[in-house]
Order: sequence, then structure tokens, then C-alpha cells
Amino acid sequence: MMKRTLLIAAAVLGLSAPAIASEGSTPPQLKWSFSGPFGKFDEAQLQRGFKVYREVCSSCHSLNYVAFRNLAQPGGPGFSEAQVRALAAEYKVQDGPNEAGDMFERAGRPADHFPAPFPNENAAAAANGGKAPPDLSLMPKARTYERGFPWFIFDIFTQFAETGPDYVVAVLNGYHEAPAGFSVPAGGHYNTSFPGNVIAMPKPLSDGQVEYPKGPDGKSPVPETVDQYARDVTAFLMWTAEPHLDARKRIGFQVMLFLLVLSGLLYFTKKKIWARVEH
Amino acid sequence: MSQHSSTYVPKSAFGKWFESRLPIASLIHSSFIAYPVPRNINYFWTFGAILSFMLASQILTGVFLAMYYTPHASLAFQSVEHIMRDVNFGWLIRYMHANGASMFFVAVYIHIFRGIYYGSYKAPREILWILGVIIYGLMMATAFMGYVLPWGQMSFWGATVITNILAAIPVIGDTIQSLLWGGYSVGNPTLNRFFSIHYLLPFMIAGVVVLHVWALHVPGQNNPTGVPIKSDKDWVPFTPFATIKDLFATAVFMLVFAWFIFYIPNYMGHADNYVPANPSVTPAHIVPEWYFLPFYAILRAIPDKLGGVIAMFASIAVLAFLPWLDTSKVRSTSYRPLYKQFFWILVADTLLLGWLGAKPPEGWYVIVSQIATAYYFIHFLVILPLLGFIERPLPLPNSILESVLGQKGGAGLPSGANAEPQSKG
Repeated sequence: MMKRTLLIAAAVLGLSAPAIASEGSTPPQLKWSFSGPFGKFDEAQLQRGFKVYREVCSSCHSLNYVAFRNLAQPGGPGFSEAQVRALAAEYKVQDGPNEAGDMFERAGRPADHFPAPFPNENAAAAANGGKAPPDLSLMPKARTYERGFPWFIFDIFTQFAETGPDYVVAVLNGYHEAPAGFSVPAGGHYNTSFPGNVIAMPKPLSDGQVEYPKGPDGKSPVPETVDQYARDVTAFLMWTAEPHLDARKRIGFQVMLFLLVLSGLLYFTKKKIWARVEH
Repeated sequence: MSQHSSTYVPKSAFGKWFESRLPIASLIHSSFIAYPVPRNINYFWTFGAILSFMLASQILTGVFLAMYYTPHASLAFQSVEHIMRDVNFGWLIRYMHANGASMFFVAVYIHIFRGIYYGSYKAPREILWILGVIIYGLMMATAFMGYVLPWGQMSFWGATVITNILAAIPVIGDTIQSLLWGGYSVGNPTLNRFFSIHYLLPFMIAGVVVLHVWALHVPGQNNPTGVPIKSDKDWVPFTPFATIKDLFATAVFMLVFAWFIFYIPNYMGHADNYVPANPSVTPAHIVPEWYFLPFYAILRAIPDKLGGVIAMFASIAVLAFLPWLDTSKVRSTSYRPLYKQFFWILVADTLLLGWLGAKPPEGWYVIVSQIATAYYFIHFLVILPLLGFIERPLPLPNSILESVLGQKGGAGLPSGANAEPQSKG
């Protein structure tokens, strides 16, 4: 009976298919360090991704929900408090009003959020061909593609929850020459993975653009390619979107273990109590 | 069952003193300890306890969320992110609440279909059933308003679509709509109203749940045979028998719940709701939460706006008339070979409608939606009333005890379950 209950539950749950229009090609499924029940963020990858964000994305995209101090919190890129203080100090932050009633600029502090590249949405739109570049804090959670039947049912059991990151990488990798006969409107750029295949953002990344920290052999341990940059910056943005993912999965495992033992004990108690009653 | 309500005898002097002034201890005793439970009920009967647990969980997590949430159009989204990032275990409380809503509906759908399968709505349980339909309606209103609160894109546009359909109601539609909006479109006053009502309705649900349990305890629980309790051999006392079974089932349900909270917390939601509400950008597809999808499909299946609204409300309201639409004298579908097939067709039809609700209303999706909607109503309004006259039910067992022993191959008479309940286990 319980089995049937769960089957029905699974069937009912299956109805929550995300329905997002996606005329773009289906993004390939990538390996992520943070996928699955024991997934965690890779500190080195988050640090590389942060470097990509800082040197490339941040000139147009804000990261409004992230504070400098977050970079030092557990389950993140693993910067030290001192590093974060030094990093924050490199930014100019507007503060005030002071006693004279004036706004003033000061060096950033760990408690400050990342300053946005534009003072407001209109300024951002005006500087970017009429459309403001979206805030990136939640990007991998705010984008997805349609999994379709029956995959969305399997995803419950496989815990596949990385449609967002896969999509973001696919878009960053999706800049190609438009096929013959496809007319790209002015201010647009051809992208195989973006819905409608025309994206306002120009190709942001190119090979060798961001210098990664060198290993002991004087070379970067990972290739300095568009694909690697895309994966790294997406992992970083997944962390900004879900900063407590590590803790969530760690606590989740403890909770599951506890509930399994509890269910087991309750099951045998129930069996014993009902043992002498035909039912 | 009044004959079982007087078994409680207070032992202490204080107990006696209290009992003579407010007999709440004996009420609890008769409702949750001595209360007779049919000995043959299966695990589908544990969903009442699971639903009580979910209601408590939703109210508790909701109260904590409200301590940090800001119901303002320009701050709501940010305050939810504040909960997710800065509040200690805020992510856990919010994921519990968001996924809890879905699990609440999973449980209630199993509970409702259990009631339909075993004929739990038939006399003398009509009021019990109607109270359940009222709870279900309140749950839907609560869930809808709750989904609006994070003020993401799907919150805003879902609220816009659903409040717009109310305008189709003749004469009073516009008034209802502007009262809900608090203006001339979905905006900050709407968010404030929805937050207030979202906080109010769960307590109304709790109130109706009390009535629901009360109405259950007068005729007693139905059971898989549908045959009422006839002798003392048919039942076992609620405690420890039902108590431990409910606890076990709730723990297993919590395992499923935890799976969603900790591993796929955004599976039930929409990616679009992590984009702040923007009245000037419409999402590609506006889709309600999964538990509304069958009704959303019915709404869109009717080409006329008012017709769609009527069909949608009727599809829920028809449930309240089930006790009178079903003309069969036999409660349990186990003894109704013909109806059993139609029951599973109805389940499939509802799932199909749910799938269609997530699809854009175009092409053959529309035609299939119309067929599935028509079948939904035909099931309740034509098939169900006629079957009672046509169908020849299987022979019913004379008693619950007989059905239990029949299943086990008639192996000897068991020691009476309740003859000496204290010595069990």
C-alpha cells in the first residue's frame, strides 16, 4: 500500500514541469562539484569564477545581494577576513549623508554590498542599447530550460537540479556565426542557446582573457578557455545564488539519516503493537 | 461514539477538580485514546495525521518567516533574499515553507482520492466530506496568496492572471477585483492584502479542521470495506494502534519532505520567481503552481472567459455534491468492479489535465484539454449517478472482522483485539 502511495505521490509531483519557452538548443548536462546529495562548492573554482566576474561581468552586471563579507563565509570561495577587507577597500562606496548633509565616497568595508556598475536601471539601460543588464546574484536559479516528460519525473529521484547552471554555461558558450539566411537585428547577437537565438549581450568571453593563478609548474591548472571561464563563473554565480548550499546538503544528510532510523524504530514498534491483531 | 466517551476517570484530586469544571481531558481521551478505529484501515488512513502535521509545520514556519518578511512591493523580494542569505537557518525555514505547501497538497490529494475510492463521503459522512471540500478551498486560496508574497515575476503575473479572471464574474466581478487589488492593477496594496489574508486563512483552516475531526468522530472512520463497525471485534483503540501507525507514516512522509527541502528545494517552484516582479516584462509562459494545473487547464479549455471561470469553480464545487451524485449503496470501490475502472480513469484524467495546464494553450493541447474537461464533468454528473443503477456490486463481507479473517484464509478466531488492549505489545 505504501508503495502505491509513493507511486501516486510521485505521479502527482511530476506535474510540476517547469514550463519555460526554450527555442534555443537544449544545454548539455555538465559535471558540477555541487550536484548530488554530497555536492559542495569547489573553493578554487569559486575563486577563479569570482576573478572572471570581477574582470569581465562586473563592468555591466551588478551583484546586488552579495556583500564582501560573504566571500569569507564558510561554504564559499574561502577568502580570509584580511583578504576580504583588502578587497573591499579597493572599491569606492557611496555613504551618507554626513553631519553636513552631504553624500560622500569612502573605501568599501566587508559589510558593504558589491557596488553596482550603474547608478540605476535607466542608466544601465541607456549605456547598454536600451536594455539593462540583469543582476547576476540569482542568475543560475532564475534561468532554466524545459526538461520535458518523462525527464522531469526522473529528476526527482536523481536529484538533477542543475538546469540553471547548465543553461548559463550554454549561453556563454553559445556565441557563433549566425547561419546563412538568419538575420540578426541591430544591437543583437546570435546565440545558439538563448531563446529566440538573438541576445543583446555581446560575446563576453574569449580564450586567454582572464589570467588564472599559476600552479607550481608555472602554468594554470585549468585551461584559460571560454568554456572553462563559463563553468567557473557559473559555479561562482551558483554560490551567490545559493550561498548555503554546502550546509543544506550536509544537514540534509544528517536529517535523512535521523529520519531513516526514526522510521525504522517506529516501524518495528508498530509491527510489535499490531502483531496480535489480524488486520 | 458516545458509548466510548465516558471511559476516562481522572485519578488525581486535581484531575477530578479540573474535570468537573472543564472536561477537556476526557474529550482528548475519548477522541485520541479510547476512540474506536476500524482494525482493517490501511496506510491511506494515515494522511489525516500527516495533514495535521503539515498544517502545524506550515503555520510554525510561516510565523517565523513573517518575522523577517516585508510585505512591500519594493522590499518583498529583497527581504526574502535576506531570509535566504543572512537569517540564521532562514534558507531552511523558507524551503520548508515553500516545499511544505507542495507536500501539503500531495497529502491532501491522496487524502481526497482515498475518500473518493472508499466512498468516505457517503451517508452518514456528508458533512464531514463537505467540511473537507471547504478546507481544500481555503488551502487553495492560502497557497495562491502565499505564492504572490516573494514578489517575483511568477508571483506578480500569476496574481495578475488569477485576479483578472475574477473580473469575468457578472455584476460584482469588477468590484471584487478592485477590492482585491486595492487599486486599478496588481500593486503594493494587493501585496499587503494578500499578506494579511495569507496570515489569516491558515487559522480559519485550523478552525474548520477542528469541525472536520469532530464530524469524523460522530459517525467514526470509514474503512476499506465500507462496512460499519458492528461489534467490539471490529475495532481497536486509537492509542496505541492508530497513534503508532500515524507516527510511522508521518516519519516516512517527512523523509520525502526532507528529500525535497534539502536536495531539490526549487524543483516545485519556477525559475522565473527568482526574477524580481516587473510589470513591464511578461514571462514567456505564466503557469500556476503544480497543484492548480488541472483547474488552470479547465479554465483555459473553455473558449469563453466567463464560461472558463464557471467551469473552474464548478470543477471544485462538484466535489461537495459527491454524496448525492453517487447513487450506489456500496461505499468501497473494492466491491464495485465497474466503478473501479472509472475511478482510475478519473485519476488519469486529472493527471492529464495537470499536464495540459503546464502546456501553452495552443494547437492540439486545447482540444485535448476540452475533451479531458468534458470527461471530468461527465464522470461526476453522468457516469457516477448512472453506475449506481447499472452496476452489480460484489458481495460485501458481513463485518470488518469477517473481511480481515477472510483475507488471512480464515485462520482461527483471533484473540479479541480490544478485549484486553492493555496487554498488547
